[in-house]
Amino acid sequence: MCGMPSAGFRNFQRTAIVVVSAMKRTFIPALLTWAVIPYGATWDSPWGSIDMALAPMPVGFLYILAISSLGVYGIVLAGWASNNKYSLLGGLRSSAQMISYEISMGMSIIPVLLLAGNVSLNQIVEQQAGWGLHWNVINCTVAFFFFMISAFAETNRLPFDLPEAESELIAGYHSEYSAMKFSMFFIAEYANMMTASALMATLFFGGWDIPFTMWDNAAPHTFLKTLVTFGFFWAKILFFVFVFIWIRWTLPRFRYDQLMALGWKFMLPTALAYIVVIATGTLVLQSLGIYPDSWKFSLAMLGVNIVLMTLIVGVIDRGRLISPAYSRLDKRNLAKLRNVRYERARLEPVTTEGGAD
Amino acid sequence: MAIGVKVLERPIEQTSYVRATLKGMALTLKHLLDTEKVTIQYPEQKWPLSPRWRGTHRMLTTEDGKAKCVACGLCPTVCPANCIKLVPGEDELGNRYPLVFEIDEFRCIFCGYCQEVCPEEAIHVGRHYENSEYSRDGFVYDLERLTAQTHPVCEMWDPADPKGE
Repeated sequence: MCGMPSAGFRNFQRTAIVVVSAMKRTFIPALLTWAVIPYGATWDSPWGSIDMALAPMPVGFLYILAISSLGVYGIVLAGWASNNKYSLLGGLRSSAQMISYEISMGMSIIPVLLLAGNVSLNQIVEQQAGWGLHWNVINCTVAFFFFMISAFAETNRLPFDLPEAESELIAGYHSEYSAMKFSMFFIAEYANMMTASALMATLFFGGWDIPFTMWDNAAPHTFLKTLVTFGFFWAKILFFVFVFIWIRWTLPRFRYDQLMALGWKFMLPTALAYIVVIATGTLVLQSLGIYPDSWKFSLAMLGVNIVLMTLIVGVIDRGRLISPAYSRLDKRNLAKLRNVRYERARLEPVTTEGGAD
Repeated sequence: MAIGVKVLERPIEQTSYVRATLKGMALTLKHLLDTEKVTIQYPEQKWPLSPRWRGTHRMLTTEDGKAKCVACGLCPTVCPANCIKLVPGEDELGNRYPLVFEIDEFRCIFCGYCQEVCPEEAIHVGRHYENSEYSRDGFVYDLERLTAQTHPVCEMWDPADPKGE
């Protein structure tokens, strides 16, 4: 990270080989998203109450979903415009991947929106304000888990960096770019990481909320409070950026079928089921007179989430979450596949009794 | 797809992706916090070479600056890569000396046989590894160049002290 600014600066001086402005399209959406993210507590200034967000829109989260999907255009166009099959493949992979994970990302957010009862990011942060017990990571841990995975896929970071898989596609969609044009892709990737981190902090970790104290939520909204909450917001963002980099140290890249299977076969149905769980849980608790702003609600939700996470890690994640090098075929399918070969050779078909390999 | 692939039933520790990820993250974090540095700042800092390192050659000289070589022809004979070119000459006193002594460092396999076989302890393989040149011709070292080298020479394997202590 420390080397990034100087490396980026050096690239300004180098000669650009391909002149295509597609890379700007990956960078600008990452910046546009920041307009709606609240980055500090409201300041009651002498000139009136000031919201600490550039554009505190009532449609906040929908705006983010709309803008963040635009980033894929830059990558696809860059790959296509390069007139290079590897770049094109990188762009194709990226479009398929980002569209697939966009869906699970949107679905994983719905529980949060259900709890907040609103799509405005300011409202979502306010709903989480307090002692830190109401943070959505406690209320909807599974949703956070899915959102984080989708965020990795959306930003093309390892283990989802198939669009630029060096071992297969040279450098994927940016193979043909050099100097500052290439640097823009890298800056865009890091800008996207910052945006995704800011979203994780805002949606699941209380935004600018300081945990274990009510000081930041209490009445006199001074400028000092705004500054301190701003600092906490940045600390949360930098923590998630660190997690992005940490994961990159750790994990190798997925195979493409693993990527698609994880997105469509696991995350999407499970995220849909989780919406039902959260909605039912909220309804049941409310009928018992426990409302989302009480600590009992958070504890009950935490219990449900611990059970669900145990199920996911302990039961589903047994070679099914990420399919291993072999695919899990039952004996019938195995025999059928083998018979294809024998039928072509006009030989006697084998029977199932051959035993698995 | 699975034809001919051996299917193993693996225990959960090996098939759980989340667990494996967490384990890996713990490992990488441990390496991050580990203060022991394994990299060295190469051009400024150099890793110490073994005393038995066999690098580019060096011809030792007598006190009056002449090569110790007596052109006996043992080193081109023993050289398995056939990279030493030797044309012997003889002066008016009957002392043999090399008219031409060239080593093609590209052909050399740095076995060190030349140093081992030399009766005069003239030719040596050196403890040296920075050999860049601008052309391939630069890697054919002539006698002048071989005598001009100053790097330390290899200490060969000693049967009495097999571990080099």
